[in-house]
Amino acid sequence: MPCSDYDPASLPDLLPLYYRRLFPFSQYYRWLNYGGVQKNYFQNREFSFTLKDDIYVRYQSFTTQNELEKEMQKMNPYKIDIGAIYSHRPNQHNTVKSGTFQALEKELVFDIDMTDYDDVRSCCSAADICSKCWTLMTIAIRILDRALREDFGFQHLLWVYSGRRGVHCWVCDEAARKLSVAARSAVAEYLSLVKGGEETVKKVMLTEPIHPFIRESLVVVERYFPRYALQDQDILGRKESVDKVLALVPEDVRKDLQQDFQNEKKPETRWKLVKDQASKKQATAKKFQHFEKEIMLQYCYPRLDVNVSKGVNHLLKSPFSVHPKTGRISVPINLKELDTFDPFAVPTISLICEELDRPRPGEEEEKSEETKEKENEKDAAERWKIRDYKRTSLAKYVKHFDQFLDGMARAWKGELLRKSDLQKEF
Amino acid sequence: MQFISRQKKLGPHSQTEIYGQLVQFYGQPPLENISLSEFETFAVERLKLLKSVENLGVSYVKLSEQYNNKLHHELKNLNFPYKSETEDRKSQTGPSEHEKRRKDHISHFILRLAYCQTEDLRRWFIQQEVDLFRYRFTDLPPEQKLELLQKNNLQYHAISAEEKKALSGKLVHSSYGGSGIKVEDQDFYKVPFQDALDLVRARKVYLKAGYVYIPQQDIVTIVLNDFRTRLSKALALTARSLPAVHSDERLQPLLNHLSHAYVGQDYSIQKNVGKISLEQIDSLSGKSFPLCMRQLHQNLRENHHLRHGGRMQYGLFLKGIGLSLEQALQFWRSEFIRGKVDADKFDKAYAYSIRHMFGKEGKRTDYTPYSCMKVILSNPPSQGDHHGCPFRHSDPELLKQKLQFYKVSPSGISQILELVKGMHYQLACQKYFELTHNIEDTTFSLNHPNQYFIESQKVLGGGKDIKRETDTPQRSQENSGRGSTAAREAAAAAANAPQHLAEITEDLDSFFQDA
Repeated sequence: MPCSDYDPASLPDLLPLYYRRLFPFSQYYRWLNYGGVQKNYFQNREFSFTLKDDIYVRYQSFTTQNELEKEMQKMNPYKIDIGAIYSHRPNQHNTVKSGTFQALEKELVFDIDMTDYDDVRSCCSAADICSKCWTLMTIAIRILDRALREDFGFQHLLWVYSGRRGVHCWVCDEAARKLSVAARSAVAEYLSLVKGGEETVKKVMLTEPIHPFIRESLVVVERYFPRYALQDQDILGRKESVDKVLALVPEDVRKDLQQDFQNEKKPETRWKLVKDQASKKQATAKKFQHFEKEIMLQYCYPRLDVNVSKGVNHLLKSPFSVHPKTGRISVPINLKELDTFDPFAVPTISLICEELDRPRPGEEEEKSEETKEKENEKDAAERWKIRDYKRTSLAKYVKHFDQFLDGMARAWKGELLRKSDLQKEF
Repeated sequence: MQFISRQKKLGPHSQTEIYGQLVQFYGQPPLENISLSEFETFAVERLKLLKSVENLGVSYVKLSEQYNNKLHHELKNLNFPYKSETEDRKSQTGPSEHEKRRKDHISHFILRLAYCQTEDLRRWFIQQEVDLFRYRFTDLPPEQKLELLQKNNLQYHAISAEEKKALSGKLVHSSYGGSGIKVEDQDFYKVPFQDALDLVRARKVYLKAGYVYIPQQDIVTIVLNDFRTRLSKALALTARSLPAVHSDERLQPLLNHLSHAYVGQDYSIQKNVGKISLEQIDSLSGKSFPLCMRQLHQNLRENHHLRHGGRMQYGLFLKGIGLSLEQALQFWRSEFIRGKVDADKFDKAYAYSIRHMFGKEGKRTDYTPYSCMKVILSNPPSQGDHHGCPFRHSDPELLKQKLQFYKVSPSGISQILELVKGMHYQLACQKYFELTHNIEDTTFSLNHPNQYFIESQKVLGGGKDIKRETDTPQRSQENSGRGSTAAREAAAAAANAPQHLAEITEDLDSFFQDA
């Protein structure tokens, strides 16, 4: 498969094709219009484009799907960001009195970036990822998805691969979109366990009693820890990484473990020694001791960029935007297939553009269909676009997006019914 | 003025209604005439109270015994209501309980006028008022709490025994540890999580499907949340009616001074722009930078990069000590291009934010350097970050090593670590100042990294360097020896009725520099 053949220099040639024939505009509009339940919801949404040479254009807004389509096909943005729904149309923000132009609503978003795990992964660093450390994203999604659904009661969660080294979550429930800044930051802090910067060694501190949320999260971590941390990352193998782990246990325990490790090289057994020490400590010490749990969490627990979640007006890269460096499309992730999700198998813009040119069985048949419909050209063009993405590896991701939208449509249908009922009463 | 105009609409008996209770929700504005001098006294004293609330909140764990004692003391000293009526009757001296409650009421509304103008002011005011309310509400006897809630239409419904039983395992593990109260003996209230954000944030409550289950003992959180929401809405409304108030020439200057007082000196006035050369920074960072800035500087030199939080904290500090925009751009560029960033990328991605700091981009606000409070409380460092307060955001072990490396004596280190343990981060920093400058007792109270720098330069440079600094901090030096005395004088001056306004506000200035 030629998917790795993406060359950043080809982006300016590929983007027009992508926006003309592949970008799923109708689904995209269907999402951001939210069934038209609230007036001007789509019109007042901020989009921002990054153009060639890092030219950044903020406060774009569009009245219709058609306008959005035309503009994107004209500008061919390298990157698309989605912002808040404002009190006025963002493209007119200069014309309203200062202070009255305000961000009112936005999806509750989460941004998890692999660079934030650099101190606990040995396979790669910075922008690089591999299948080993990708497990961290899997764990993050499992933990956060459960908590957002079960604890906070949200239902419409869209998980998206960022295109390079991380994932985003868009919580699209109406209640989530209406959250205040204070509420967003409270949710983000509830979900944050790993605290501290470069000057902090021990970044997870548990206190008694362990909150049900942490217990649930530990269940997830425990499932992945042996394979991910002990085998793939080999955190109890090399001396330096062992020292890093031992820096997280109390001093007396550290000495014992250093001794024990002299005679025991196998990571799984070493980990068992750590756990044994922990349970010994828990039985005797008066002070609350759960360092084995704290180690697991420090190595595996999701690290959120809290500032992204807090602000209503914070921008986040849009789904189906292209990552300019990797060429990969930012695609929704189907959680049913999460454990087999492979970021390297996500289609690049060059791959799907190439797939468009490939001949396909049944091609002739469609062509004759097309000639029949020539009188209604606009309609035909629309249909073509739908068929176009279906011929590429993008299809399954768009299909998943459709399913997500269907779920939300059921919710806003209920809302519309309720509204019309109310109107009848008066 | 709005106080007067509404007076006729309501009978006087509504007042006794308002002052019937120790703690108020401040739902009704005061409707009486008050003299200008009383207006001033009330405002100044409440501001002092709120300043104390802020300072105590940084130095002590909120609602700890020490915190409560100090705050209690403060309320008593400033003649604000602090205990139930019966207790007060015993003491015959001083203003009556009714007068205190009236003052509490009126002064709150005056400060609303002064603090409704900007987002920053509102946030500060709400935070202090909420903390004050929390203390007073918690201090109330249970029956008065209930009465207060009833009067303000705050009623919550407890969950059924069956529901409680079904959830009991989770509930046990969700509230404060070791409180000893059993789940069976306690009522739990189910409310939307948005109404109890403080508990959600700290994971001190059980959360399921968007609802929190709050034990009786934590009900204060929902009440506080409600108090906060009401106050925030009220401030937004007040802001709209402000032009009318501002047309009163007697009040406008006072209100402006009151609102400027909360941050103290903001160290943004740059009279010394360009007096510091870029070559000096390395040596200054070792001698006169507070630890937080020294740490940022060192990491910038080592990694040729700082993340956003660090750039903001350090960049604004440098601006505060006198770097011009051109110098700042040169400083950051020369360091960044030695790392992974090339000149082109720097100009595109970073230069903007530096010009932004100097108010040359975006909404063109001239940003002020961060105070200690801001560094300690907001935007804590996360992975890859070097900003924050080293006394607050470092592992004690790392801090110890760092101090050893900087040649602080072992006894000095243990003193500092003791202060850190007690969460007195600013005092720890001040101790570090004393130890590194070889002086016994500093005469200032440290609350700003730029203040640290200025004070250090004074000590090190003798007379020579002082001249470079801004005028105002110099004045604070003159006053600093009699810190609290100045405060008392300011209060006394404000209390003396026909004082000239200019004098009062000047005293206010000096008071808040020291505070």
